[in-house]
Amino acid sequence: MSDPIWVEVCDAEDIEEEDVVRFDYGDRTFAVYRTDKGDYYATDGYCTHEKFHLSNGLVMGSVIECPKHNGRFDIPTGAAKRAPVCVDLTTYPVKLDADKVYIRIPS
Amino acid sequence: MNAQGMVIVGAGEAGARAALTLRSLGWTGAITLVGDESRPPYERPPLSKRHLVAEEELPPSVIADDRTLRDSGIERIGGEAAVRIDRENHLVELAGGRKLPYERLLLATGARPRQLSAEGTGAGELLYLRRFEDAERLRGRLRPRARAVIIGGGFIGLETAASAAARGCAVTLLEAAPRLLTRGVPQAIAERVERLHRQAGVEVRLGAAVAAIDRAGDALAIRLADGTELAADVALAGIGAVPETALAASCGLELDNGVKADARLATSDPDIYAAGDCCSFPHPLYGGRRIRLEAWRNAKDQGAHAAAAMLGSDEPYAVLPWFWSDQYDQTLLVAGLAEPSDTVVLRDLGEAGRLYFHLGADGRLSAVSGMGPSEAIAKPFRQAELLAEKRAAPPAEQLADPRIKLKTWLSE
Repeated sequence: MSDPIWVEVCDAEDIEEEDVVRFDYGDRTFAVYRTDKGDYYATDGYCTHEKFHLSNGLVMGSVIECPKHNGRFDIPTGAAKRAPVCVDLTTYPVKLDADKVYIRIPS
Repeated sequence: MNAQGMVIVGAGEAGARAALTLRSLGWTGAITLVGDESRPPYERPPLSKRHLVAEEELPPSVIADDRTLRDSGIERIGGEAAVRIDRENHLVELAGGRKLPYERLLLATGARPRQLSAEGTGAGELLYLRRFEDAERLRGRLRPRARAVIIGGGFIGLETAASAAARGCAVTLLEAAPRLLTRGVPQAIAERVERLHRQAGVEVRLGAAVAAIDRAGDALAIRLADGTELAADVALAGIGAVPETALAASCGLELDNGVKADARLATSDPDIYAAGDCCSFPHPLYGGRRIRLEAWRNAKDQGAHAAAAMLGSDEPYAVLPWFWSDQYDQTLLVAGLAEPSDTVVLRDLGEAGRLYFHLGADGRLSAVSGMGPSEAIAKPFRQAELLAEKRAAPPAEQLADPRIKLKTWLSE
Protein backbone atom coordinates (compact mmCIF):
# COMPACT_ATOMS: atom_id res chain seq x y z
CA MET A 1 0.00 0.00 0.00
CA SER A 2 1.43 3.39 -0.93
CA ASP A 3 1.42 6.47 1.24
CA PRO A 4 -1.85 8.15 2.17
CA ILE A 5 -2.74 11.19 0.14
CA TRP A 6 -4.58 14.40 1.01
CA VAL A 7 -7.69 14.84 -1.09
CA GLU A 8 -9.74 18.02 -1.38
CA VAL A 9 -13.37 17.53 -0.29
CA CYS A 10 -15.07 20.94 -0.54
CA ASP A 11 -15.01 24.50 0.72
CA ALA A 12 -15.13 24.79 4.49
CA GLU A 13 -18.36 26.75 4.19
CA ASP A 14 -20.01 24.00 2.16
CA ILE A 15 -20.63 22.05 5.35
CA GLU A 16 -22.99 23.75 7.74
CA GLU A 17 -22.27 23.78 11.41
CA GLU A 18 -23.58 20.57 13.03
CA ASP A 19 -23.94 18.86 9.68
CA VAL A 20 -22.41 16.25 7.42
CA VAL A 21 -21.82 15.76 3.69
CA ARG A 22 -21.10 12.78 1.53
CA PHE A 23 -17.77 12.55 -0.27
CA ASP A 24 -17.02 9.89 -2.88
CA TYR A 25 -13.50 9.14 -4.02
CA GLY A 26 -12.91 6.38 -6.51
CA ASP A 27 -15.02 3.48 -5.35
CA ARG A 28 -14.93 4.64 -1.76
CA THR A 29 -17.36 6.81 0.11
CA PHE A 30 -16.92 8.95 3.20
CA ALA A 31 -18.90 11.15 5.55
CA VAL A 32 -17.29 14.51 6.32
CA TYR A 33 -18.57 16.39 9.35
CA ARG A 34 -18.56 19.81 10.94
CA THR A 35 -19.48 19.62 14.62
CA ASP A 36 -21.32 22.17 16.75
CA LYS A 37 -17.91 23.48 17.84
CA GLY A 38 -16.88 24.06 14.23
CA ASP A 39 -14.38 21.18 14.04
CA TYR A 40 -14.11 19.02 10.93
CA TYR A 41 -13.88 15.21 10.89
CA ALA A 42 -14.22 12.34 8.45
CA THR A 43 -15.31 8.71 8.74
CA ASP A 44 -16.32 5.88 6.46
CA GLY A 45 -19.57 6.75 4.71
CA TYR A 46 -21.68 3.75 5.56
CA CYS A 47 -23.01 2.77 8.96
CA THR A 48 -21.43 -0.41 10.32
CA HIS A 49 -24.84 -1.96 11.05
CA GLU A 50 -26.54 -1.85 7.68
CA LYS A 51 -25.53 -0.13 4.49
CA PHE A 52 -27.01 3.32 4.97
CA HIS A 53 -25.06 6.46 4.27
CA LEU A 54 -24.34 8.53 7.33
CA SER A 55 -24.45 11.75 5.32
CA ASN A 56 -28.23 11.39 5.53
CA GLY A 57 -28.01 11.20 9.30
CA LEU A 58 -28.32 13.88 11.91
CA VAL A 59 -25.32 15.48 13.61
CA MET A 60 -26.00 16.29 17.25
CA GLY A 61 -23.05 18.06 18.84
CA SER A 62 -20.19 15.69 18.04
CA VAL A 63 -22.37 12.62 17.53
CA ILE A 64 -23.69 11.25 14.23
CA GLU A 65 -26.93 9.30 14.27
CA CYS A 66 -27.55 6.82 11.47
CA PRO A 67 -30.68 7.75 9.52
CA LYS A 68 -32.03 4.22 9.37
CA HIS A 69 -31.99 2.70 12.82
CA ASN A 70 -30.72 5.60 14.93
CA GLY A 71 -27.51 3.92 15.97
CA ARG A 72 -24.96 6.53 17.08
CA PHE A 73 -21.23 7.11 16.71
CA ASP A 74 -18.84 9.56 18.31
CA ILE A 75 -17.60 11.59 15.34
CA PRO A 76 -14.02 12.36 16.46
CA THR A 77 -13.21 8.74 17.41
CA GLY A 78 -15.73 6.76 15.35
CA ALA A 79 -16.70 4.86 18.50
CA ALA A 80 -20.07 3.06 18.43
CA LYS A 81 -22.27 4.75 21.05
CA ARG A 82 -25.75 3.27 20.84
CA ALA A 83 -27.43 0.07 19.68
CA PRO A 84 -27.97 -1.34 17.17
CA VAL A 85 -24.45 -0.34 16.13
CA CYS A 86 -21.66 -2.22 17.87
CA VAL A 87 -18.74 -1.90 15.42
CA ASP A 88 -16.74 1.35 15.40
CA LEU A 89 -16.39 3.53 12.31
CA THR A 90 -13.00 4.05 10.70
CA THR A 91 -11.93 7.69 10.95
CA TYR A 92 -9.68 9.71 8.63
CA PRO A 93 -7.51 12.74 9.35
CA VAL A 94 -8.90 16.08 8.18
CA LYS A 95 -7.17 19.41 7.62
CA LEU A 96 -8.26 22.87 6.60
CA ASP A 97 -6.10 24.78 4.16
CA ALA A 98 -7.08 28.09 2.56
CA ASP A 99 -10.71 27.51 3.57
CA LYS A 100 -10.82 24.13 1.91
CA VAL A 101 -11.40 20.79 3.62
CA TYR A 102 -9.00 17.92 2.92
CA ILE A 103 -9.09 14.34 4.14
CA ARG A 104 -6.22 11.89 4.16
CA ILE A 105 -7.10 8.68 2.39
CA PRO A 106 -4.94 5.55 2.35
CA SER A 107 -4.37 5.04 -1.35
CA MET B 1 -21.50 -13.55 42.02
CA ASN B 2 -25.14 -13.85 42.91
CA ALA B 3 -26.43 -17.35 43.29
CA GLN B 4 -29.66 -16.35 41.60
CA GLY B 5 -29.59 -14.56 38.33
CA MET B 6 -31.62 -12.62 35.85
CA VAL B 7 -33.82 -14.71 33.60
CA ILE B 8 -35.26 -13.43 30.33
CA VAL B 9 -38.03 -15.33 28.60
CA GLY B 10 -38.16 -14.48 24.91
CA ALA B 11 -35.01 -14.18 22.80
CA GLY B 12 -36.16 -11.65 20.21
CA GLU B 13 -35.14 -8.00 19.96
CA ALA B 14 -36.37 -6.99 23.43
CA GLY B 15 -34.98 -10.04 25.21
CA ALA B 16 -31.59 -9.87 23.52
CA ARG B 17 -31.21 -6.14 24.17
CA ALA B 18 -32.18 -6.65 27.80
CA ALA B 19 -29.57 -9.37 28.26
CA LEU B 20 -26.79 -7.29 26.72
CA THR B 21 -27.86 -4.19 28.64
CA LEU B 22 -27.96 -5.96 32.01
CA ARG B 23 -24.32 -6.84 31.49
CA SER B 24 -23.26 -3.43 30.21
CA LEU B 25 -24.95 -1.78 33.20
CA GLY B 26 -22.72 -3.79 35.51
CA TRP B 27 -24.78 -6.79 36.59
CA THR B 28 -22.23 -9.49 37.44
CA GLY B 29 -24.57 -12.37 38.29
CA ALA B 30 -25.94 -14.97 35.95
CA ILE B 31 -28.05 -13.97 32.93
CA THR B 32 -30.11 -16.61 31.14
CA LEU B 33 -31.89 -15.92 27.86
CA VAL B 34 -34.59 -18.46 27.04
CA GLY B 35 -36.31 -18.69 23.66
CA ASP B 36 -38.33 -21.30 21.82
CA GLU B 37 -36.53 -20.52 18.56
CA SER B 38 -33.31 -22.46 18.17
CA ARG B 39 -31.26 -19.83 16.36
CA PRO B 40 -29.54 -16.90 18.08
CA PRO B 41 -31.56 -13.66 18.44
CA TYR B 42 -32.08 -11.97 15.07
CA GLU B 43 -33.72 -8.85 13.67
CA ARG B 44 -37.24 -9.40 12.37
CA PRO B 45 -37.80 -6.26 10.24
CA PRO B 46 -35.81 -7.54 7.20
CA LEU B 47 -37.97 -10.70 7.03
CA SER B 48 -40.70 -8.94 5.05
CA LYS B 49 -38.22 -7.05 2.90
CA ARG B 50 -34.76 -8.17 1.81
CA HIS B 51 -35.24 -11.81 2.80
CA LEU B 52 -38.32 -12.08 0.56
CA VAL B 53 -36.81 -10.19 -2.36
CA ALA B 54 -33.65 -12.33 -2.39
CA GLU B 55 -33.34 -15.12 -4.93
CA GLU B 56 -31.42 -17.26 -2.44
CA GLU B 57 -31.81 -17.72 1.29
CA LEU B 58 -30.09 -14.93 3.21
CA PRO B 59 -28.74 -15.58 6.68
CA PRO B 60 -30.69 -13.81 9.44
CA SER B 61 -29.34 -10.49 10.77
CA VAL B 62 -28.10 -11.74 14.10
CA ILE B 63 -28.32 -9.34 17.06
CA ALA B 64 -25.86 -11.27 19.20
CA ASP B 65 -24.25 -14.53 18.09
CA ASP B 66 -23.40 -17.29 20.52
CA ARG B 67 -19.82 -16.15 20.81
CA THR B 68 -20.87 -12.59 21.71
CA LEU B 69 -23.31 -13.96 24.27
CA ARG B 70 -20.70 -16.30 25.71
CA ASP B 71 -18.15 -13.47 25.92
CA SER B 72 -20.78 -11.44 27.81
CA GLY B 73 -21.44 -14.32 30.17
CA ILE B 74 -24.99 -14.80 28.94
CA GLU B 75 -26.34 -18.33 28.80
CA ARG B 76 -28.70 -18.84 25.88
CA ILE B 77 -31.20 -21.68 25.98
CA GLY B 78 -32.67 -22.05 22.50
CA GLY B 79 -35.40 -24.22 21.05
CA GLU B 80 -37.08 -24.67 24.41
CA ALA B 81 -40.11 -22.82 25.69
CA ALA B 82 -40.68 -21.65 29.25
CA VAL B 83 -43.88 -23.34 30.38
CA ARG B 84 -44.44 -22.29 33.97
CA ILE B 85 -43.53 -19.59 36.44
CA ASP B 86 -43.47 -20.37 40.15
CA ARG B 87 -43.62 -16.88 41.61
CA GLU B 88 -43.51 -18.00 45.19
CA ASN B 89 -40.22 -19.83 44.78
CA HIS B 90 -38.88 -17.58 41.98
CA LEU B 91 -38.50 -20.37 39.46
CA VAL B 92 -39.06 -20.58 35.71
CA GLU B 93 -39.73 -24.08 34.45
CA LEU B 94 -38.76 -25.05 30.91
CA ALA B 95 -40.47 -27.54 28.62
CA GLY B 96 -37.66 -30.05 29.22
CA GLY B 97 -38.16 -29.86 32.97
CA ARG B 98 -35.21 -27.68 33.93
CA LYS B 99 -36.00 -25.11 36.62
CA LEU B 100 -34.21 -21.76 36.50
CA PRO B 101 -34.11 -19.74 39.72
CA TYR B 102 -34.49 -15.99 39.18
CA GLU B 103 -33.91 -12.90 41.19
CA ARG B 104 -35.71 -10.81 38.58
CA LEU B 105 -37.52 -12.09 35.53
CA LEU B 106 -38.25 -10.37 32.22
CA LEU B 107 -41.11 -11.44 29.99
CA ALA B 108 -40.25 -10.54 26.39
CA THR B 109 -42.51 -13.12 24.85
CA GLY B 110 -43.54 -11.03 21.85
CA ALA B 111 -46.66 -11.56 19.81
CA ARG B 112 -47.97 -14.06 17.29
CA PRO B 113 -49.77 -13.34 14.02
CA ARG B 114 -53.52 -13.02 14.40
CA GLN B 115 -55.18 -15.93 12.60
CA LEU B 116 -57.76 -15.20 9.96
CA SER B 117 -61.05 -16.89 10.63
CA ALA B 118 -62.46 -18.03 7.31
CA GLU B 119 -64.51 -21.01 6.25
CA GLY B 120 -63.35 -23.57 3.74
CA THR B 121 -60.93 -26.39 3.13
CA GLY B 122 -58.01 -24.11 2.31
CA ALA B 123 -57.99 -21.83 5.36
CA GLY B 124 -55.20 -23.90 6.88
CA GLU B 125 -53.00 -23.19 3.84
CA LEU B 126 -52.72 -19.49 4.65
CA LEU B 127 -49.19 -18.34 5.44
CA TYR B 128 -48.25 -15.92 8.22
CA LEU B 129 -45.04 -14.00 8.76
CA ARG B 130 -43.25 -13.66 12.05
CA ARG B 131 -40.17 -15.88 12.15
CA PHE B 132 -37.23 -16.58 9.90
CA GLU B 133 -38.70 -19.93 8.87
CA ASP B 134 -41.98 -18.20 7.92
CA ALA B 135 -40.06 -15.83 5.64
CA GLU B 136 -38.16 -18.70 4.02
CA ARG B 137 -41.34 -20.67 3.38
CA LEU B 138 -42.94 -17.60 1.85
CA ARG B 139 -39.86 -16.72 -0.23
CA GLY B 140 -39.87 -20.17 -1.77
CA ARG B 141 -43.45 -19.62 -2.93
CA LEU B 142 -43.00 -16.14 -4.41
CA ARG B 143 -42.00 -17.36 -7.84
CA PRO B 144 -42.27 -15.12 -10.90
CA ARG B 145 -45.85 -14.97 -12.20
CA ALA B 146 -47.18 -16.77 -9.11
CA ARG B 147 -50.56 -15.39 -8.12
CA ALA B 148 -50.03 -13.96 -4.65
CA VAL B 149 -52.96 -12.82 -2.54
CA ILE B 150 -52.05 -10.77 0.51
CA ILE B 151 -54.75 -10.28 3.12
CA GLY B 152 -54.27 -7.15 5.22
CA GLY B 153 -53.23 -3.61 4.29
CA GLY B 154 -51.01 -2.93 7.30
CA PHE B 155 -47.21 -2.83 7.37
CA ILE B 156 -46.67 -6.60 7.07
CA GLY B 157 -49.17 -7.00 4.24
CA LEU B 158 -47.90 -3.99 2.31
CA GLU B 159 -44.23 -4.82 2.68
CA THR B 160 -44.90 -8.40 1.62
CA ALA B 161 -46.91 -7.13 -1.37
CA ALA B 162 -44.01 -4.89 -2.38
CA SER B 163 -41.54 -7.78 -2.05
CA ALA B 164 -43.81 -10.13 -3.99
CA ALA B 165 -44.19 -7.54 -6.76
CA ALA B 166 -40.40 -7.19 -6.87
CA ARG B 167 -40.15 -10.97 -7.34
CA GLY B 168 -42.44 -10.77 -10.35
CA CYS B 169 -45.57 -12.18 -8.74
CA ALA B 170 -49.08 -11.12 -9.78
CA VAL B 171 -50.13 -9.53 -6.51
CA THR B 172 -53.58 -8.78 -5.13
CA LEU B 173 -53.80 -6.98 -1.80
CA LEU B 174 -57.04 -7.22 0.17
CA GLU B 175 -57.97 -4.81 2.94
CA ALA B 176 -61.29 -5.08 4.77
CA ALA B 177 -61.35 -1.40 5.76
CA PRO B 178 -62.09 1.38 3.25
CA ARG B 179 -58.43 2.52 3.34
CA LEU B 180 -54.92 1.16 3.93
CA LEU B 181 -52.90 1.59 7.13
CA THR B 182 -55.81 2.27 9.44
CA ARG B 183 -53.70 2.35 12.57
CA GLY B 184 -51.82 5.57 13.26
CA VAL B 185 -50.97 6.62 9.71
CA PRO B 186 -52.66 9.72 8.27
CA GLN B 187 -55.02 9.36 5.35
CA ALA B 188 -52.76 11.40 3.07
CA ILE B 189 -49.89 8.93 3.47
CA ALA B 190 -52.19 5.92 3.17
CA GLU B 191 -53.36 7.27 -0.19
CA ARG B 192 -49.79 7.78 -1.42
CA VAL B 193 -48.92 4.24 -0.35
CA GLU B 194 -51.92 2.92 -2.25
CA ARG B 195 -50.83 4.78 -5.38
CA LEU B 196 -47.31 3.41 -5.03
CA HIS B 197 -48.60 -0.16 -4.96
CA ARG B 198 -50.94 0.37 -7.91
CA GLN B 199 -48.03 1.84 -9.91
CA ALA B 200 -46.05 -1.32 -9.16
CA GLY B 201 -48.87 -3.38 -10.61
CA VAL B 202 -50.42 -4.55 -7.34
CA GLU B 203 -54.18 -4.86 -7.48
CA VAL B 204 -55.41 -3.15 -4.33
CA ARG B 205 -58.94 -4.01 -3.21
CA LEU B 206 -60.33 -1.97 -0.34
CA GLY B 207 -63.42 -2.94 1.63
CA ALA B 208 -62.66 -6.54 0.67
CA ALA B 209 -63.47 -9.04 3.41
CA VAL B 210 -62.55 -12.71 3.00
CA ALA B 211 -65.50 -15.09 3.42
CA ALA B 212 -64.01 -18.46 2.56
CA ILE B 213 -60.83 -20.11 1.35
CA ASP B 214 -61.05 -23.43 -0.47
CA ARG B 215 -58.55 -25.72 -2.10
CA ALA B 216 -58.74 -25.72 -5.88
CA GLY B 217 -56.22 -28.23 -7.16
CA ASP B 218 -52.76 -26.91 -6.31
CA ALA B 219 -54.14 -23.42 -5.81
CA LEU B 220 -56.51 -21.72 -3.41
CA ALA B 221 -59.87 -20.19 -4.25
CA ILE B 222 -60.44 -17.13 -2.09
CA ARG B 223 -64.04 -15.99 -1.94
CA LEU B 224 -64.79 -12.45 -0.81
CA ALA B 225 -67.90 -11.30 1.04
CA ASP B 226 -69.22 -9.70 -2.17
CA GLY B 227 -68.97 -13.02 -3.99
CA THR B 228 -65.80 -12.27 -5.98
CA GLU B 229 -63.50 -15.27 -6.25
CA LEU B 230 -59.72 -15.00 -6.55
CA ALA B 231 -57.25 -17.76 -7.42
CA ALA B 232 -54.03 -17.81 -5.42
CA ASP B 233 -50.84 -19.87 -5.75
CA VAL B 234 -49.73 -18.37 -2.46
CA ALA B 235 -51.75 -16.49 0.16
CA LEU B 236 -50.54 -14.65 3.23
CA ALA B 237 -52.50 -13.01 6.03
CA GLY B 238 -51.01 -10.02 7.84
CA ILE B 239 -53.94 -8.87 9.94
CA GLY B 240 -52.27 -7.89 13.17
CA ALA B 241 -50.68 -9.65 16.08
CA VAL B 242 -51.82 -11.03 19.39
CA PRO B 243 -49.57 -10.56 22.43
CA GLU B 244 -48.15 -13.76 23.91
CA THR B 245 -49.56 -13.63 27.41
CA ALA B 246 -50.19 -17.31 28.24
CA LEU B 247 -47.18 -17.62 30.54
CA ALA B 248 -48.04 -14.40 32.38
CA ALA B 249 -51.69 -15.41 32.70
CA SER B 250 -50.83 -18.86 34.02
CA CYS B 251 -49.02 -17.42 37.02
CA GLY B 252 -51.68 -14.84 37.76
CA LEU B 253 -50.01 -11.66 36.50
CA GLU B 254 -52.41 -8.87 35.58
CA LEU B 255 -53.20 -8.53 31.88
CA ASP B 256 -54.60 -5.57 29.95
CA ASN B 257 -54.15 -5.84 26.19
CA GLY B 258 -50.90 -7.68 26.91
CA VAL B 259 -48.87 -8.17 30.05
CA LYS B 260 -49.81 -5.18 32.17
CA ALA B 261 -46.76 -3.16 33.19
CA ASP B 262 -46.36 0.12 35.04
CA ALA B 263 -44.40 3.12 33.77
CA ARG B 264 -41.09 1.49 34.80
CA LEU B 265 -42.13 -1.72 32.96
CA ALA B 266 -42.66 -3.73 36.16
CA THR B 267 -45.65 -6.08 36.07
CA SER B 268 -48.07 -6.64 38.94
CA ASP B 269 -45.29 -8.74 40.51
CA PRO B 270 -42.42 -6.37 41.42
CA ASP B 271 -39.82 -9.00 40.53
CA ILE B 272 -41.22 -9.60 37.05
CA TYR B 273 -40.89 -7.12 34.18
CA ALA B 274 -42.25 -6.95 30.64
CA ALA B 275 -40.89 -5.49 27.40
CA GLY B 276 -41.61 -5.43 23.68
CA ASP B 277 -44.66 -6.57 21.75
CA CYS B 278 -46.22 -8.38 24.74
CA CYS B 279 -46.08 -5.38 27.07
CA SER B 280 -48.79 -2.78 27.68
CA PHE B 281 -47.72 0.28 29.62
CA PRO B 282 -48.92 3.81 30.46
CA HIS B 283 -47.18 6.41 28.30
CA PRO B 284 -46.22 9.56 30.22
CA LEU B 285 -46.00 11.71 27.07
CA TYR B 286 -49.68 11.00 26.36
CA GLY B 287 -51.25 11.55 29.76
CA GLY B 288 -50.55 8.05 30.99
CA ARG B 289 -52.64 6.46 28.25
CA ARG B 290 -52.10 2.67 28.24
CA ILE B 291 -50.65 1.47 24.96
CA ARG B 292 -48.93 -1.56 23.51
CA LEU B 293 -46.55 -1.23 20.58
CA GLU B 294 -45.55 -3.78 17.98
CA ALA B 295 -42.44 -2.15 16.65
CA TRP B 296 -38.75 -2.85 16.32
CA ARG B 297 -37.47 0.28 17.98
CA ASN B 298 -39.86 -0.07 20.90
CA ALA B 299 -38.70 -3.63 21.48
CA LYS B 300 -35.06 -2.55 21.44
CA ASP B 301 -35.62 0.45 23.71
CA GLN B 302 -37.95 -1.31 26.15
CA GLY B 303 -35.55 -4.23 26.43
CA ALA B 304 -32.80 -1.85 27.48
CA HIS B 305 -35.16 0.10 29.73
CA ALA B 306 -36.45 -3.01 31.47
CA ALA B 307 -32.86 -4.11 32.12
CA ALA B 308 -32.19 -0.84 33.95
CA ALA B 309 -35.47 -1.18 35.87
CA MET B 310 -34.56 -4.75 36.89
CA LEU B 311 -31.41 -3.27 38.41
CA GLY B 312 -33.41 -0.70 40.38
CA SER B 313 -33.88 2.31 38.09
CA ASP B 314 -37.09 4.27 38.77
CA GLU B 315 -37.15 6.05 35.39
CA PRO B 316 -40.44 5.84 33.48
CA TYR B 317 -40.28 4.61 29.89
CA ALA B 318 -41.05 7.75 27.90
CA VAL B 319 -39.69 7.14 24.40
CA LEU B 320 -41.78 8.56 21.56
CA PRO B 321 -43.51 5.67 19.74
CA TRP B 322 -41.84 5.20 16.34
CA PHE B 323 -42.63 3.08 13.31
CA TRP B 324 -41.20 2.78 9.88
CA SER B 325 -41.92 0.80 6.77
CA ASP B 326 -39.92 0.36 3.56
CA GLN B 327 -41.93 -0.26 0.41
CA TYR B 328 -40.28 -0.12 -3.01
CA ASP B 329 -37.80 2.81 -2.87
CA GLN B 330 -39.92 4.71 -0.36
CA THR B 331 -39.87 4.83 3.40
CA LEU B 332 -42.79 5.90 5.50
CA LEU B 333 -42.23 6.96 9.07
CA VAL B 334 -44.45 7.81 12.01
CA ALA B 335 -43.33 9.15 15.38
CA GLY B 336 -45.76 9.84 18.18
CA LEU B 337 -49.42 9.03 18.55
CA ALA B 338 -51.62 11.04 16.21
CA GLU B 339 -55.20 11.80 17.19
CA PRO B 340 -58.00 12.05 14.62
CA SER B 341 -58.75 15.53 15.98
CA ASP B 342 -55.19 16.80 15.29
CA THR B 343 -54.58 19.54 12.77
CA VAL B 344 -52.31 18.15 10.06
CA VAL B 345 -49.80 20.50 8.44
CA LEU B 346 -47.99 19.43 5.26
CA ARG B 347 -44.38 20.40 4.57
CA ASP B 348 -43.60 19.53 0.96
CA LEU B 349 -39.88 18.77 0.59
CA GLY B 350 -40.08 18.22 -3.16
CA GLU B 351 -37.95 15.28 -4.22
CA ALA B 352 -37.03 14.50 -0.61
CA GLY B 353 -40.66 13.65 0.17
CA ARG B 354 -43.30 15.02 2.47
CA LEU B 355 -43.61 15.62 6.19
CA TYR B 356 -46.93 15.83 8.02
CA PHE B 357 -47.02 17.60 11.37
CA HIS B 358 -49.82 16.65 13.73
CA LEU B 359 -50.71 19.52 16.04
CA GLY B 360 -52.90 18.85 19.05
CA ALA B 361 -55.60 21.17 20.39
CA ASP B 362 -52.93 22.86 22.55
CA GLY B 363 -50.93 23.80 19.44
CA ARG B 364 -48.12 21.40 20.34
CA LEU B 365 -46.80 18.63 18.13
CA SER B 366 -48.29 15.28 19.10
CA ALA B 367 -46.84 13.31 16.21
CA VAL B 368 -45.07 13.59 12.88
CA SER B 369 -45.26 11.36 9.88
CA GLY B 370 -43.43 11.37 6.60
CA MET B 371 -42.89 9.59 3.36
CA GLY B 372 -40.21 9.87 0.72
CA PRO B 373 -37.20 8.22 -0.89
CA SER B 374 -35.55 6.17 1.84
CA GLU B 375 -32.26 8.07 2.03
CA ALA B 376 -33.64 11.57 1.48
CA ILE B 377 -36.51 11.57 3.96
CA ALA B 378 -34.42 10.32 6.88
CA LYS B 379 -32.75 13.51 8.04
CA PRO B 380 -35.71 15.89 7.79
CA PHE B 381 -37.92 13.31 9.46
CA ARG B 382 -35.47 12.88 12.32
CA GLN B 383 -35.45 16.63 12.91
CA ALA B 384 -39.25 16.67 12.88
CA GLU B 385 -39.28 13.74 15.29
CA LEU B 386 -37.04 15.59 17.73
CA LEU B 387 -39.50 18.51 17.59
CA ALA B 388 -42.37 16.16 18.43
CA GLU B 389 -40.32 14.65 21.25
CA LYS B 390 -40.02 18.16 22.72
CA ARG B 391 -43.74 18.74 22.15
CA ALA B 392 -42.66 21.94 20.39
CA ALA B 393 -45.32 24.41 19.24
CA PRO B 394 -44.07 26.04 16.02
CA PRO B 395 -46.58 28.19 14.11
CA ALA B 396 -48.41 26.09 11.51
CA GLU B 397 -47.68 28.43 8.60
CA GLN B 398 -43.94 28.27 9.34
CA LEU B 399 -43.99 24.48 9.64
CA ALA B 400 -45.53 24.38 6.18
CA ASP B 401 -42.72 26.48 4.70
CA PRO B 402 -39.77 24.29 3.66
CA ARG B 403 -37.51 27.35 3.42
CA ILE B 404 -37.59 27.70 7.20
CA LYS B 405 -35.20 25.18 8.71
CA LEU B 406 -36.54 22.72 11.24
CA LYS B 407 -33.38 23.26 13.25
CA THR B 408 -34.76 26.72 14.05
CA TRP B 409 -37.07 25.26 16.68
CA LEU B 410 -34.77 22.48 17.83
CA SER B 411 -32.38 24.82 19.58
CA GLU B 412 -35.15 26.84 21.23
